Amino acid sequence: MDEARPLWATPLQFVFACISYAVGLGNVWRFPYLCQMYGGGSFLVPYIIMLAVEGMPLLYLELAVGQRMRQGSIGAWRTISPYLSGVGVASVVVSFFLSMYYNVINAWAFWYLFHSFQDPLPWSVCPLNGNRTGYDEECEKASSTQYFWYRKTLNISPSIQESGAVQWEPALCLILAWLLVYLCILRGTESTGKVVYFTALLPYCVLMIYLVRGLTLHGATNGLAYMFTPKMEQLANPKAWINAATQIFFSLGLGFGSLIAFASYNEPSNDCQKHTVIVSIINSSTSIFASVVTFSIYGFKATFNYESCLNKVILLLTNSFDLEDGFLTVSNLEEVKSYLASAYPSKYSEVFPQIKNCSLESELETAVQGTGLAFIVYTEAIKNMEVSQLWSVLYFFMLLMLGIGSMLGNTAAILTPLTDSKVISSYLPKEAISGLVCLVNCAIGLVFTMEAGNYWFDIFNDYAATLSLLLIVLVETVAVCYLYGLRRFESDLKAMTGHALNWYWKAMWGGVSPLLIISLFVFYLSDYIITGTLQYQAWDASQIPTVRKQL
Amino acid sequence: MLWLLFFLVTAIHAELCQPDAENAFKVRLSLRTALGDKAYAWDTNEEYLFKAMVAFSMRRVPNREATEISHVLLCNVTQRVSFWFVVTDPSRNHTLPAVEVQSAIRMNRNRINNAFFLNDQTLEFLRIPSTLAPPTDPSVPIWIIIFGVVFCIVIVATMLLILSGIRQRRRENKGPSEMEDTEDKWENTITIENGIPCDPLDMKGGHVNDAFVTEDERLTPL
Repeated sequence: MDEARPLWATPLQFVFACISYAVGLGNVWRFPYLCQMYGGGSFLVPYIIMLAVEGMPLLYLELAVGQRMRQGSIGAWRTISPYLSGVGVASVVVSFFLSMYYNVINAWAFWYLFHSFQDPLPWSVCPLNGNRTGYDEECEKASSTQYFWYRKTLNISPSIQESGAVQWEPALCLILAWLLVYLCILRGTESTGKVVYFTALLPYCVLMIYLVRGLTLHGATNGLAYMFTPKMEQLANPKAWINAATQIFFSLGLGFGSLIAFASYNEPSNDCQKHTVIVSIINSSTSIFASVVTFSIYGFKATFNYESCLNKVILLLTNSFDLEDGFLTVSNLEEVKSYLASAYPSKYSEVFPQIKNCSLESELETAVQGTGLAFIVYTEAIKNMEVSQLWSVLYFFMLLMLGIGSMLGNTAAILTPLTDSKVISSYLPKEAISGLVCLVNCAIGLVFTMEAGNYWFDIFNDYAATLSLLLIVLVETVAVCYLYGLRRFESDLKAMTGHALNWYWKAMWGGVSPLLIISLFVFYLSDYIITGTLQYQAWDASQIPTVRKQL
Repeated sequence: MLWLLFFLVTAIHAELCQPDAENAFKVRLSLRTALGDKAYAWDTNEEYLFKAMVAFSMRRVPNREATEISHVLLCNVTQRVSFWFVVTDPSRNHTLPAVEVQSAIRMNRNRINNAFFLNDQTLEFLRIPSTLAPPTDPSVPIWIIIFGVVFCIVIVATMLLILSGIRQRRRENKGPSEMEDTEDKWENTITIENGIPCDPLDMKGGHVNDAFVTEDERLTPL
């Protein structure tokens, strides 16, 4: 080795880098959904078990491999066995796929962030129609937040076959997002190490602020009660366990090579066992913390919608029967309804079809995940809060920090093997390699800014990484345990860090974790085969809400 | 005779103003919703004001400047508060066409609302749609301005980092080549043992060599 490998300035930077990579958008918009679907408080049981059995051992494995081999994923696996360099290449390719489509989320976060500086917020009101006597038709049928997302942000086409043109507004935001990522990775660990202080800590500040605001919102307790009441029967549902395992797996970002890349910049004597435990516990606690915030906001939104629904019913009855204004309230609604039904049966039966059955449960049960949660449901809740501009800015800034933090890890996974390779780094300096990677990704990412771009995004999000990662991590575990040799690895770690390897890690690496991954892999593979033709959710202006169309 | 005429007139008026009569409009007020505790009671004086506002609106229509308050007829006032009204012509036998009344009310809707401290939602004229206020569109969308600011900052920071990196590398390349002329070469190569580089002696300036024990520590404390 001709020059010393760049190192993190302090071990704290390494921990922050791992936290900022692992704590990403999935913690905020996937975990609350899973919690809601699979039994609320009782989902924590499979989640914590999977964390102990699958998450921590695999995380420790990747960090240990990176720290021991002191190279990016390609070099590290080649050192373990020359036949395994394909695993490293696979990691780089999957990271490349991920960084292609992931930064579009940052572009959307930028778009919403820039639009938050207006009064009123642009997604809180519908635009007017041609002769200004009413609101735009599409906006009336959907809601103003859905309209802003599907029409103004994405300008989505009715199906994936109609690609449409590249929308210049999201394209500009995408270019800005890539420039920002380039700025952060420009100098390698030197610049990344400083940026991760922000990307790791700021989201927690915002989450704390939101927690305090969320808990004081009217109706927040409804959402929290709904979330945390455990539904024990879900524990028997195998899907709950599978989803817990999958969530832990993808939330920690295993298999992309980012963790290996980060750990390769460590001092060899770094205690990565301690850091493993810290990072995984912080990641899971953040998920739970974020879901508390999310559910208090859900509760607020559901209560608000429920009360508006009741008010609409009250107005309808007051107008139809010319009752005194203010006579009908929420408390006497039912008795007055029965009185009216008996006193004016004919008129009541005319009005009856229009009376909606308002239910708080049905409002709470609308479970949403992904971009729909962040850009439609949350914005709907925010527009009803006081000083909504402030909350909106804070929220999208937090989304941006989470997204950029994860992007730093992804690009590190791609760049570390490239800069490690003597061939490439002798021709081009580090800045040029980073610039080239960002440029290529940005150019390809413009596909996701086309009118059908969101459909491509959904496809990539659902299918790009799932099976590949499971296979990669399976091969990694088997390779380290059986090809390289668990005993040899154990003595390497002991020489490196000075601690002996706990029997727990050996048991997990040798047996339990690979079995878990195999069962997950088999499940997903059979799921894809059984499903047959793949489908996606399409937004068609003539059929609102979303319809399922076939690819 | 006079009594008969009076009854006839009121009968004709009653026929002109009826729910769902031709050219009649229903009005609905929601005083408690709009004003809460400060809601005033709807009495005949308020009705008089309403008639005055409608007459005022009609007077602003060309050809209808002679409309008087007595030409506006109210009927079927309910507890809601809602009622029907028509506007008659000076002969008091026919009602004015609905289209004229509609356009007159639409033109002066704001004045009418303000007279009663209400807005378009709490003072409703059924079948007269109100013109919605368009959202204010600034000439340059605000988001572009903020985008421009952030974009420039990021570009400037990137340029600075790249340039300082290039300058640092140029300095490093010049540095060792200068030192090679003046000092011995062997001091600059990094000794490598077993593939691990030894820390080179720092050439840049006075540096305490930690291998040598300082005077104080040579004698162990008691």
